Amino acid sequence: MGYYNRHLLVLLFLIGNSLWAKTITVCPDCKVKSIKEGIGIASDYDTLLIKKGTYKEFNLLVDKPMTLLGENFPVIDGEDRGEIIRVVSDNVTIDGLFIINVGTSYTTDYAAIRVVKSENFLIQNVVLEKLFFGIYLEKSNHGKVYHNKIVGDAVDEYNSGNGIQLWYSHHVEVDRNIVQGVRDGIYLEFSDHITINDNESTNNLRYGLHFMFSDDDVYTNNTFEKNGAGVAVMFSKRIRMVGNTFRQNWGTAAFGMLLKEINDAEIIGNTFEENTIGINIEGSNRITYRNNDFINNGWAVKVLGACYTNSFEHNNFLYNSFDISYNSKLNDNKFENNYWSNYTGYDLDKDGIGDVPYRPVKLFSYIVNRTPETIVLLRSLFMDIIDFSEKVSPVFTPDNLLDTLPLMKKAE
Amino acid sequence: MLKILKYSFYDLMRSRWSYVYFLFYLALGFVLLFLNQDLSKAVITLMNVIIVLVPLISTIFGVMYFYNSKEFTELLLAQPLKRTSIFLGQYLGVAGSLTLSLVLGLGIPFVLYGLFRSDAIWDFSLLLVTGAFLTMIFTALAFNIALSNENKIKGFGYAVLMWLFLAVIYDGLFLLSLIIFEEYPLDSFSLAATTFNPIDLSRTLILLKLDISALLGYTGAVFKSYFGTNLGLFVSLGMLVLWTILPVWRLAYKSKRKDF
Repeated sequence: MGYYNRHLLVLLFLIGNSLWAKTITVCPDCKVKSIKEGIGIASDYDTLLIKKGTYKEFNLLVDKPMTLLGENFPVIDGEDRGEIIRVVSDNVTIDGLFIINVGTSYTTDYAAIRVVKSENFLIQNVVLEKLFFGIYLEKSNHGKVYHNKIVGDAVDEYNSGNGIQLWYSHHVEVDRNIVQGVRDGIYLEFSDHITINDNESTNNLRYGLHFMFSDDDVYTNNTFEKNGAGVAVMFSKRIRMVGNTFRQNWGTAAFGMLLKEINDAEIIGNTFEENTIGINIEGSNRITYRNNDFINNGWAVKVLGACYTNSFEHNNFLYNSFDISYNSKLNDNKFENNYWSNYTGYDLDKDGIGDVPYRPVKLFSYIVNRTPETIVLLRSLFMDIIDFSEKVSPVFTPDNLLDTLPLMKKAE
Repeated sequence: MLKILKYSFYDLMRSRWSYVYFLFYLALGFVLLFLNQDLSKAVITLMNVIIVLVPLISTIFGVMYFYNSKEFTELLLAQPLKRTSIFLGQYLGVAGSLTLSLVLGLGIPFVLYGLFRSDAIWDFSLLLVTGAFLTMIFTALAFNIALSNENKIKGFGYAVLMWLFLAVIYDGLFLLSLIIFEEYPLDSFSLAATTFNPIDLSRTLILLKLDISALLGYTGAVFKSYFGTNLGLFVSLGMLVLWTILPVWRLAYKSKRKDF
């Protein structure tokens, strides 16, 4: 609540200020012809109205609280010479700009918009193209990145940057952005209490969303599609992931979502569709998976050891080549009340719960883990026969890994 | 040849077994769709049926028909007719009627349940195409076996054994060899091994549609180019055509030389 109050205060403060703040117009034919000049003559809380046109500028330093407002998307062309805008002051708003040609460097992370050690910033309706890094927040808190479009043309990982990067920034909202064709769509490192909602991160070279050492973050209703390796959530605590869609992340190291060293997270109501691996879990404990849909994935969930006390409840596992894959015989995770499209049991007492437990781990998935080439034998009659015999008396797969209460109908 | 084809075809169309076969697929299709309204799930179940049952039924039916119509064949042989046209006519008659039963039997329920409005139509058509190919291949193989064995019991035995080998044993040996030689690079071998078995070939074709996401999980350039591009599809289809042509060619070749 304190967070919103603070926002309100800022708003009131801005309204109060606007009573005497003035607007400076920048256009190719005006008195003020360049943005740099405009920023130079502006005083605190002024608005710089940038009219339509092309401005060939870079290294713009915004060092006072002000608003950069673009009208009809004026183009700021950096001509590949370096960083475009650097914000070093609190209460800066950047709105409606079209920024292209950010310089590429192997030593400096040039960004289209970089915010450094500032608070209460707002970056919205900005379009970025031909970029290196897009929006780079560095030790900046309590800001908002809203409704921006970032279209990169990244080809190689080593000389491309991230769309939206947060580094040691807390309490930031990243909403309704569209990010595509960069290295990592949204990248978080050491950033806590971030909310990421309704973004679309597609066709990125590496990850659609990448978390590192960032705790207490929430991401909801985002779409991650056709990214090189899906979404990676690593070394973070208490993350909430709700209602996101992970689709068509295909490849040898591609996942809908990769969880590594994640503890106490909640994964609720997400859809994982047509990924090589829906969720790849490694060293992650006490995670709740509820009401997720796993549809047509190669592996819905792949568990790679050291995962304890996770619970899977009310999920739908529909037409995956493999539902669950384990690489060990040990199981400490709970599977209950899930719907499995491969379930063949019956429900004589009509309570909607199958009378025979379901074993989600097939012997074949164990064989494929050992000898990957055997994947070409998928769905062969011989495999069905040995899977059946394993189901009757488990030898290779964890014998306590079963859903004792499988649902007969899809969970709502 | 066309006359004999027509005769065999009509003969089979009138026979009980074609109807049984047709009704079986019709019932299967309806039951499947009745039990789960979901077309894509029904397609997966159907796939298992097609790659196991279609070869079995074609094999048995082919052998049975050949032995049953032996007297009629001998009568035809006495006429001034080319031997290839007699046997090929009969073969095409049997394979054609079986294919027709399959396509209609499965097609009707799926069309009634709204196939054309669903996105499963391509998967389903692929399924029918593979089913048709399997029918052609296994009928041809069955005719070959029957032609080479005068003894009915022996012929039946060999035919069922062939089915068992291609449907189950081949995959078992295949798996065993993959596990025994797992230290060696096996990706080319495993892809090649699937092409030597028509059932595996059809399975690959269907996997390409249904399980592409799992197939791409394997690290290997050969796999990637085979399954990731259209190469796999074309190679598999090409091999299926080859698998159809070779037994038919042998049938024609043998029938010319056989002493009746």
